Amino acid sequence: MIANLVQLAAEEKQNPLIPPGPELLVGAIAFAIVFFFFWKKLIPNINKVLEERREAIEGGIEKADAAQTEAQSVLEQYKAQLAEARHEAARLRQEAQEQGAQLIAEMRAEGQRQREEIVAAGHAQIEADRKAAAQSLRQDVGQLATELAGKLVGESLEEHARQSRTIDRFLDELDAKAEATR
Amino acid sequence: MSADQTELAFDWSCRISSDNGCGFPAPGLHSFLFKPIFEVGGFEFNKVMLLALITTMVVITFFYAAFGKAKVVPGKLQMIGEAGYDFVRRGIVYETLGKKEGEKYVPLMVSMFFFIWIMNIWSVVPLSQFPVSSVFAYPVVLAVITYLIWVPLTFKRHGFVGGWKNITGYDNSLGPIKWLVSFIEFFSNLLVRPFTHSVRLFANMFAGHLMLVMFTVASWYLLNSWMIPAAGVSFVMTMAMICFELFVQAVQAYVFVLLACTYIQGAIAEHH
Repeated sequence: MIANLVQLAAEEKQNPLIPPGPELLVGAIAFAIVFFFFWKKLIPNINKVLEERREAIEGGIEKADAAQTEAQSVLEQYKAQLAEARHEAARLRQEAQEQGAQLIAEMRAEGQRQREEIVAAGHAQIEADRKAAAQSLRQDVGQLATELAGKLVGESLEEHARQSRTIDRFLDELDAKAEATR
Repeated sequence: MSADQTELAFDWSCRISSDNGCGFPAPGLHSFLFKPIFEVGGFEFNKVMLLALITTMVVITFFYAAFGKAKVVPGKLQMIGEAGYDFVRRGIVYETLGKKEGEKYVPLMVSMFFFIWIMNIWSVVPLSQFPVSSVFAYPVVLAVITYLIWVPLTFKRHGFVGGWKNITGYDNSLGPIKWLVSFIEFFSNLLVRPFTHSVRLFANMFAGHLMLVMFTVASWYLLNSWMIPAAGVSFVMTMAMICFELFVQAVQAYVFVLLACTYIQGAIAEHH
């Protein structure tokens, strides 16, 4: 290295602004090699890759966009379905309520009817019993009264059937009185 | 006088206040001249040429490793390569020329940027320690390539008359001074431009190398008896200059490529 640095002969021209021919040639060759390598091989190489990368990134963005849109539409679909289901449920509940109310009303009406029936039957029974009782009472009272009257007057009135009309009339009067006071 | 300066810098006995009364072996133009390593039929192959060819190898090897089998999902090396590639493509070419016009200049500008940068970096790499671009021939090659692109492009875009108007900035609205303006523009654009383009890079690296050599040599030269503290200062300066040079190397590569793009942009643009 020291030997390399030793100055050239003194008579060598020393103007640094006059480029020596051999150096120009070497410089041109050295640069030409670099340039051609970049021009023909390296720049196309890297540009291709950069383009691929750009496409990959853009493709990724497009894919993401598509997925986003799909998710959005699915969400909307779900929301619609959910709303529909809610609506349906509300409708069913409403229907059930209506049916239940109707059922209750029906049962109530039925109960009412049965109660009335029972009450009416009871009344009729009572009425019939009363009438039967009244009937038998009338006969008994008539007979007893007749017997009593026979004993009192000393003769049998039984044969005098016509007298029974008098008793009946009397009893009817009693009935009417009782009706009026009731 | 300068015949043995370089040798003296490596002479162990050549120190300040040494007995042999040797002066400071200051760096100079001789620091940029190298004895040929070998000679083939009058063609002298020297260290700078070797470094230029190694530059080619380094750039190609790195970018082949990074982009040779480029993947959509990049590895570390590819990521670094892409960052560099993108810096030149977007930061310089698209910024000045736009995507549409700039696309076909991307290979040229990317290769130019990294070629210049690595040429510059040899300045601080141990053992090489010489910026290839501080030899004027190398910036000249790249400036000439740029020149050969933008000048024909101007005439291709604007025709013969339009091309001259573009280059000279000829404009009737300037009135009588238009001839003066045109002359100055013609001079600065067509004649001086390739010169300034290449000299800007060359001179920066040339000056940087001189500074580095100066402080390095001084660090050694001052390392004697009572001047040892001064040697320390010089050594610190060497380190500082190395950091500064690392910055300048990148900036000059950037500026060179940016200017090349600007010249092409000027050739494409409608004349003002």
